Amino acid sequence: MNDSIRADVPLLSVRDLRIVSDSGDEQIVLVDGVSFDVFPGETLCIVGESGSGKSLTVLAVMGLLPPALRIGGGSILFQGREMIGLPERELRSIRGRGIGMVFQDPMTSLNPLRRIGPQLTEAVRLHNPRASRKDASARIQDLLQQVGVTQPERSTRAYPHEWSGGMRQRAMIAMAMANDPDLLIADEPTTALDVTIQAQVMQSLARVRAAHDSAMILITHNLGLAVENASRIIVMYSGRIVEFGDVATVFEQPTHPYTRALLASLVTGGRERIPAIPGNPPSPRNRPQGCAFAPRCALHAGRDVCTQKRPELRPTVSGSLSACHFAEELLMVGTAS
Amino acid sequence: MIRYLVRRLLQGVLTLFCVVTIAFVLGRASGKPAALLLTEGATAQQIDELNGRLGFNRPLGEQYLDYLGGLLRGDFGVSYRNPSAPAITLIAERLPATISLALISFAIGLTVAIGAAILIHITGSTRLRATFVWGGSLRQAMPDFFFGVVLVLILSVGLHALPSLGFTGPLSYVLPVITIATGQFVLYVRLLDSALSEQSTQDYVVTAYARGKSQAAVVVGEMLPNALLPILTMAGMNLAGLLGGTVIVETVFAWPGVGQVLMQAVSTRDFAVVQAGLLVVAIMFVVVNLAVDLLYPVLDPRVRLA
Repeated sequence: MNDSIRADVPLLSVRDLRIVSDSGDEQIVLVDGVSFDVFPGETLCIVGESGSGKSLTVLAVMGLLPPALRIGGGSILFQGREMIGLPERELRSIRGRGIGMVFQDPMTSLNPLRRIGPQLTEAVRLHNPRASRKDASARIQDLLQQVGVTQPERSTRAYPHEWSGGMRQRAMIAMAMANDPDLLIADEPTTALDVTIQAQVMQSLARVRAAHDSAMILITHNLGLAVENASRIIVMYSGRIVEFGDVATVFEQPTHPYTRALLASLVTGGRERIPAIPGNPPSPRNRPQGCAFAPRCALHAGRDVCTQKRPELRPTVSGSLSACHFAEELLMVGTAS
Repeated sequence: MIRYLVRRLLQGVLTLFCVVTIAFVLGRASGKPAALLLTEGATAQQIDELNGRLGFNRPLGEQYLDYLGGLLRGDFGVSYRNPSAPAITLIAERLPATISLALISFAIGLTVAIGAAILIHITGSTRLRATFVWGGSLRQAMPDFFFGVVLVLILSVGLHALPSLGFTGPLSYVLPVITIATGQFVLYVRLLDSALSEQSTQDYVVTAYARGKSQAAVVVGEMLPNALLPILTMAGMNLAGLLGGTVIVETVFAWPGVGQVLMQAVSTRDFAVVQAGLLVVAIMFVVVNLAVDLLYPVLDPRVRLA
């Protein structure tokens, strides 16, 4: 690692990120006003329901938004370099080398027609054209061993369908770590796996990440994973950040009713129940004029400001940032109970 | 694997048996051939006598068994029109012209279509796609015989650049190949374009980009093999169809192929030739389809047999 990078200089700095979809004359805003920093070596967690914009945010960082979407504004600095508008060739040299990514569904993330080995060693060779096949292979075998794949020499000759989901996700982790990236992005890395395998794969991920001192953005809707792995947490709702703070603070003193509801469902709902927040998130096409969460909010209580004025993300006394007009009421309730 | 192969071969033989039987039944159902062999003024007695001499007055069951027995011995009968020529010889001497035309046209059509589809997806150009789709629709709107005649008028009659009729040398291939290959091209470029579009949204493609692979390498190395899989069956059937002779194109260009000889044989009720021809065409169908089925496990490890 480069010693001249001080811990207070962010590795990744996202400012006012806006992701839009142009469909006909109408512009749909899918992600709006998202700002955060990731510091070297830390783990930042992003939680939120599906459709909240968390995956789009990290895909934008990779420069891999689907063709129908585009970045409508803002800035993404990685190691001080602006990623938005960077030529494809330079983006390519960052993907897989500066930033590695693990995707949600290991069953579909590998090319079914190619052997696993070549798909993994390719990650090394793309960024080290002079590395021999043998060196690249040795590097991958080593990584596979680190993430808990036994007998990697033999098994990498297999095709993806011959591996279990857990094994494939380990392979994906090895691929993402192939070039010792400074930043690892894991987009719901265990969601598609059996519950029994989830913990093992998460441990492998945490172990290999720590060993290589990479920072990580962990996207999940499992708050338990957030507590175990992250130092800071972002809660997203309907394309915006609604709460942002240290994990411990956010869990003890949530400053947004959505976060509070998520936590409540975690405690009372147990493992089998889906978070019981009444209603559904608004469609990005017709978000309420005021707070996007207002229609589902218990704190709202018919107050006009919630339906008329969109709350900005602001500091609260707990130390977290909150996008709720009445964050302080939550804190009072929190201390009273 | 061997058991699979044996099963497929037995299925093929069954298919051929059905084709042979159907050819026999349909042929006999269409009437006896003598009236067409004789001059217009022939009396009913003369016609009956000739039918009798050719064996058509025997019971159908006997004729059928006789025919099957001959097939097993490799005897396809002789042409009634041309009694000195075994039916199978008439077909066999036309095969090289048909097979070479089919293979060349198919290969060119498919290869150019693959190239065009790759180009569309590497450049991401909607204009390029629109050009191919528009040009393709234009070509498809023209029947082969019309397109072929237009080619002849422009390139042979107008510019005197190429021979128009028959087979006089390698240059004779150009016009019929263009006619067939463009038709094939249109088909495959559309199928491949949509198959590639479908692949481009797959997770493994995003993964490939995420490890730093370039777009060209992803399109060719990752997406194309996956996009070709669903095309394979259709390509096989098309190739088999072309190998069976393309009657219209062969007629337009006076191409000495199987299609032409079959057409003539059908219109003159030259049963032996029709039956031999249909059997050969059916054999090629069976062989090509078997080849396609054997190709799938080579390309797709998921369907490989244990």
